[in-house]
Amino acid sequence: MADNYESWGRFPKVSQRIIPLSWRHEPLPLPDDAAIPILVQGVGRSYGDVCLNDGGVIFSARGLNRYIHFDAETGRLCCEAGVTLADILTLCVPQGWFLSTTPGTKFVTIGGAIANDVHGKNHHRAGTFGNHVVQFELLRSNGERLLCSSDSNPQLFAATLGGLGLTGLITWAEIQLKPIAHRAIQAETIQFYDLEEFFTLSVESDAPYEYTMAWVDCNSQGRSFGRGIFFRGNHIAAEDAPKTWKVSKRTLTMPMDLPGFALNRHSVAAFNFLFYHQQSQKSVTKLVDYNPFFYPLDAVLRWNRLYGKQGFLQYQCVVPYTDHRIIAAIIQKIVDSGMGSFLAVLKTFGQVASPGMLSFPKAGVTLALDFPIKGAQTFELLEYLDDMVVEANGRVYPCKDARMSPKNFKHYYPQWETFAQQVDPSFSSSFWRRVTR
Amino acid sequence: MYKLLIIGATSAIAQATAKVFAERHPKDLALFLVARDGQKLEAMAADLKVRGAITVDFAVLDLNDFEQHQSVIQQAVQKLGGLDTVLIAHGTLDDQQACEQDYQHAEQCLRTNFLSVVSLLTPIANEMEKQHYGCIAVISSVAGDRGRQSNYIYGAAKGALNTFLQGLRNRLHRSHVHVLTVKPGFVDTPMTAHLKKGALWAQPESVAVGIYQAIQKRKNEVYLPWFWYGIMTVVKNIPEPIFKRLKM
Ligand SMILES: Cc1cc2nc3c(=O)[nH]c(=O)nc-3n(C[C@H](O)[C@H](O)[C@H](O)COP(=O)(O)OP(=O)(O)OC[C@H]3O[C@@H](n4cnc5c(N)ncnc54)[C@H](O)[C@@H]3O)c2cc1C
Ligand SMILES: NC(=O)c1ccc[n+]([C@@H]2O[C@H](COP(=O)([O-])OP(=O)(O)OC[C@H]3O[C@@H](n4cnc5c(N)ncnc54)[C@H](OP(=O)(O)O)[C@@H]3O)[C@@H](O)[C@H]2O)c1
Repeated sequence: MADNYESWGRFPKVSQRIIPLSWRHEPLPLPDDAAIPILVQGVGRSYGDVCLNDGGVIFSARGLNRYIHFDAETGRLCCEAGVTLADILTLCVPQGWFLSTTPGTKFVTIGGAIANDVHGKNHHRAGTFGNHVVQFELLRSNGERLLCSSDSNPQLFAATLGGLGLTGLITWAEIQLKPIAHRAIQAETIQFYDLEEFFTLSVESDAPYEYTMAWVDCNSQGRSFGRGIFFRGNHIAAEDAPKTWKVSKRTLTMPMDLPGFALNRHSVAAFNFLFYHQQSQKSVTKLVDYNPFFYPLDAVLRWNRLYGKQGFLQYQCVVPYTDHRIIAAIIQKIVDSGMGSFLAVLKTFGQVASPGMLSFPKAGVTLALDFPIKGAQTFELLEYLDDMVVEANGRVYPCKDARMSPKNFKHYYPQWETFAQQVDPSFSSSFWRRVTR
Repeated sequence: MYKLLIIGATSAIAQATAKVFAERHPKDLALFLVARDGQKLEAMAADLKVRGAITVDFAVLDLNDFEQHQSVIQQAVQKLGGLDTVLIAHGTLDDQQACEQDYQHAEQCLRTNFLSVVSLLTPIANEMEKQHYGCIAVISSVAGDRGRQSNYIYGAAKGALNTFLQGLRNRLHRSHVHVLTVKPGFVDTPMTAHLKKGALWAQPESVAVGIYQAIQKRKNEVYLPWFWYGIMTVVKNIPEPIFKRLKM
């Protein structure tokens, strides 16, 4: 676990005072100087600066990690906001319940999942994390405790889902889980040769498969352009559940920061080549544990050190899928630059409306990938992509961002001023100050 | 059913230890918690029930109220129907300078960190002696191993506690009662929130696992994390003529 309160991308570097929170009923330990901005951090798995507060105070919510109630009949779970999704799975999977939706890492807190209104491989069915939040308590800097749900303080409820931690401290939340028969996933991986094939697979998979997403090669030109691997899967049904099941607990920890030159065009291309050719058949179907299926990256703890001390940027955008050429043009731009990294994730978002005022997901296709920071040219490239996304009437994901311009932010989220009215006057973040400048 | 009494239960280390017990004894744990803050105890009890403890009862008590000790222990024994393990975790890291200026402060520090434990362990030890089994685990500190100018009142309380526990262990040995002295180094908890953290700092979760294992293995004394054993061996062996000149 990153214990220095950096964000996952380790960029930007900030100076902030950390105050741990321990009990949900206690008042906020506000700084004496009311002008100092405050912000809550979960476990800092956001890539950029939504979880940072340069020059301000960070309340760490990690100590708010108690369960309050779990009803194994209905799948309703009520817990403090610093409980992680990993904790919840450990508790609930043996009792036949799973997260209604989950991001690609389980090492996030429920408060963080709400504040970024995160999405998972089943967005086309389940919508976002916020779609499964029943209610929560919000503690404002004036000491008010507000119960928020679609009935109670609905404005603040909607502002807080995807509200980037700016509306106050979520002390606890109640979520709805979904029943499963077994921890295994019936998973299929299929090679595709171009983006057309990706879209065909997406369309045909969305109805029969709960989980879909793809990995696309952002390094190859010509005949290999747009190739990738499509993943789809379902929770196994009771009648197909295996009698015995072995769970591997093996994890590796990245022991140190790699020097900046370790990741270059050639090592990334080699990785992509191996990844693409990991299976010799066109399609492979396997029964796999939920851990490798949902959280392949969690097997290497602190993998962000791969990018060295200077950190890295992640870029995630969504564009409407009315025209496939838009996403193809974006990928082409990245391939031409030669600056993209390992895994580019491609997924279609469904029609389920996001419940948060500032939620990122909307119907369309979303692309996410890492960029090692190679000076100004990296920032210029991403700025260029930003403009393409504006043009396409898409959005960029704040939770992954450390550099989008205020102008583009306001393009992506024209509702930001309505949202700003719900922001707690004492709360702010490095991100918020940057994009509202 | 595993019967566990935790005194000073709301301490970060004790909370983490309770979670380890709940995890390692699923559907087989009865808990009795004692601490001075009812709201914290309620939050903790609800959490432990979700984590699989069968029953969680608690009593609210300021542990400097020695007169209540006997009855609160009785209450716990009755509720649990005996005692498998008792963990004593409360403590205060009092301001050394305040203790130097004002004896009242020093006395308060000695009461909380040493005398209250003696008072609590009087009925507990007698109960366990009667039972002829059980484990008494007490959280002391590496600070009790050698007096240093930066915290010697707290250190004196923990040092006295160590000596007391040695004697108690010796006495209870023939009754098959196990006495464990836990000596943590630096742990990142509310008690040390004001201190700057470095490489030697441990999280309460890892200390908790160490406590659990030491209880299972019936250790007499345990340094947590283990490397403090080495550090304290060095610290204890520095000759006094040199030690008194050091700034520690
Ligand atoms: C490997 C990896 C894969 C990922 N995959 C996905 C994915 O598939 N989909 C996706 O959507 N995201 C994904 N993410 C991003 C991650 O899910 C989000 O950044 C998540 O919000 C992180 O949670 P956290 O607890 O670390 O919160 P932090 O990053 O610490 O904080 C996130 C935001 O939540 C706020 N916050 C945290 N706790 C509280 C609280 N108690 N009260 C109020 N505000 C609070 C913070 O102020 C901040 O604005 C991934 C991240 C990683 C590292
Ligand atoms: N943290 C370290 O670095 C460290 C190192 C060595 C040893 N220790 C020892 O570890 C033990 C646990 O401490 P911790 O680190 O977990 O810190 P902590 O979370 O601050 O716990 C201390 C606990 O003692 C309780 N307490 C203090 N006075 C009390 C009283 N009069 N009546 C009832 N309860 C009282 C506090 O109750 P409230 O919650 O109500 O305040 C608190 O729960 C202590 O014995 C400490 O000396 C700690």
